[in-house]
Amino acid sequence: MRDYIIRRILYMIPTIIAISVIAFTIIRLPPGDYLTTVIAELSASGAAVDSGTIAALRDRYGLGDPSYIQYLKWISRIVLHGDFGLSFEKNVPVNALIWDRLGATFGISILTLLFIWAFAFPIGIFSAVRKYSMGDYVVTFFGFLGLATPNFLLALVLMYVSVRYFGQSVGGLVSPEFIDTAWSWDKAIDLVAHIWLPIVVIGASGMAALIRIMRANLLDELYRPYVVTARAKGMSEFSLLLRYPVRVALNPFLSTVGWMLPTLVSGEIVVSVVLSLPTTGPMLLRALLSQDMYLAGSIILIASLMTVLGTLLSDILLAWVDPRIRYQ
Amino acid sequence: MSATIAEPRLVLAGQWTLFWWKFRRHRVAVAGLGVILALYLVAAFAEFLAPFPPDLPNTRYTYAPPQALHLFMDGAFAPHVLGYKVQIDPVAMRRVFVENPAERIPVRFLAEGPAYDMWGLFPMRTHLIGVDRPGQPLFLLGADRLGRDLLSRVLYATRVSLSIGLVGVTISLSLGVLLGGLSGYFGGAIDTIIQRLIELVRSIPTIPLWMGMAAAVPTSWPPLRTYFIITLIISLIGWTSLAREVRGKFLVLRHEDFITAARLDGLSDLAIIYQHMVPSFLSHIIAAVTLAIPGMILAETALSFLGIGLQPPIVSWGVLLQESQNIRAVASAPWLLFAPGAAVVTAVLALNFLGDGLRDAADPYA
Repeated sequence: MRDYIIRRILYMIPTIIAISVIAFTIIRLPPGDYLTTVIAELSASGAAVDSGTIAALRDRYGLGDPSYIQYLKWISRIVLHGDFGLSFEKNVPVNALIWDRLGATFGISILTLLFIWAFAFPIGIFSAVRKYSMGDYVVTFFGFLGLATPNFLLALVLMYVSVRYFGQSVGGLVSPEFIDTAWSWDKAIDLVAHIWLPIVVIGASGMAALIRIMRANLLDELYRPYVVTARAKGMSEFSLLLRYPVRVALNPFLSTVGWMLPTLVSGEIVVSVVLSLPTTGPMLLRALLSQDMYLAGSIILIASLMTVLGTLLSDILLAWVDPRIRYQ
Repeated sequence: MSATIAEPRLVLAGQWTLFWWKFRRHRVAVAGLGVILALYLVAAFAEFLAPFPPDLPNTRYTYAPPQALHLFMDGAFAPHVLGYKVQIDPVAMRRVFVENPAERIPVRFLAEGPAYDMWGLFPMRTHLIGVDRPGQPLFLLGADRLGRDLLSRVLYATRVSLSIGLVGVTISLSLGVLLGGLSGYFGGAIDTIIQRLIELVRSIPTIPLWMGMAAAVPTSWPPLRTYFIITLIISLIGWTSLAREVRGKFLVLRHEDFITAARLDGLSDLAIIYQHMVPSFLSHIIAAVTLAIPGMILAETALSFLGIGLQPPIVSWGVLLQESQNIRAVASAPWLLFAPGAAVVTAVLALNFLGDGLRDAADPYA
């Protein structure tokens, strides 16, 4: 087990380096460099541009240097000092802006994952055991619909329905009157009343996929001889189901965390723009549109890193559950 | 096996005939195929099918709601729509359009309408449906904020959205077959490197990455260039599932007897791949490709919806959905959300059904 974890972490290092290179490339993608933007903004606001300031900034970000030196300066400031650079739209360190929002993004993604599991598991079992029943057809139909509907579209439709037929506007994580208040019971209850919508919207397509996986896996197992044997020995149908075929079918189910997390984070980012949630989505979009590249690059970097870490955790969990994986 | 002996036509039938027989039994997939063919026909003849050019404004009818198409008038077949009357909504204090039963606007088939160039080549004026006089309202799916006909816009958008799916999947397929093939055929260190690469690409959340790359595309670029670069960006990430599929097939086939025989006969690697391996997994690749197209369409829709994908004047489903980005627009003009939204869902649903059927049929001997 220890060997497996060490090997898995070693494998992760090149991935992390590659991700940081990609994030840095994205920061550098827009034409012109950081300083051109700053100078343009300073001149536009009428401030005199001090040549000493420019030289200091130029040196700090290594703008005269070749790309790989710039990359090294950038990454070493992050690794050694936790300094992600400045957001030049808001003129504050990126650090001061992103952590709350990243926390919200991952909080929502993980809640969504739990929601998906809690529902996909029993529904998938039901759908397999009652194959070709009315209930199975209903599940399959909604499953396909869930896969085919972009989640931001689902968010818009649900918002439309709630405005049109219930006369109330949804969106945000808490009602406007709670936004700047300290945490209290009322605020927590209000949060619960709001948070289900993004969770359902983001989870819809992933849940549809998982139900189909669970159903297919279980169908492969249900007609195996060992099931027939257990039944012949007089085991009750319910405990037989949970004790043998479901346990075998569960494994591919757990391994979905690996690809589920990136998808959920992706979905969360688009949906939060529509529902105006205080997460990374709207901030990333704004940063990209205003070419606030250090902010955008940092968000992409950290969101990807946290996803990779989440995947690592889930892989370790999986290896802990399934000995076949750790001896591969 | 007794069934095959009883039925000689099963034994004699070629791979593709078996494929078709098996596919035909999957009725939902056949329906999906029908819908997809219809959609691609729409994409091909969008200029002719649309009553108006996509960017023809009609300032009198901004945000006009959809009209019902009446087929009969006084018992005779005479398709027509009713004109609009403007009223002031006393509660919301804004103009609303209501039907005006007194004004009947006949809808003509093969009508002469605004001029267009079919496929950019042949100047034509004939539209499938149209009205007698220019300026008369014909908004079967409603109008947008500039009074442009939403039906025409959705039809034109079909061309862009579906072709992005095709072009994108072609690029993805080339990358996937190349890298997946190398990985599966040679194995060893090459395999490890390519597998790491695939894992890397899959571990990054796609939307932020797409957003980062797409946002760097200057808005001043000509539409066609934006179109290709966005397609390229989408397919640069979408190739991994195809590569995995190809690699899996290569790994399985590598140890088959007929491949060993071909190698012992002294055939080159390339000849083995093209003459023996590709034909035996082509049907799987077709299924995988069909299942990859919806992802491309959804990606383009999401990016354009956020305003960093395709830009007007190109119309795609995502660009159309961008108009309903805020809830106020959706509440006052829900057709702007539902018409392009229904188009996306229909196309993706049909492609998924078709792909499922193809995948089941891809193993004709199973």
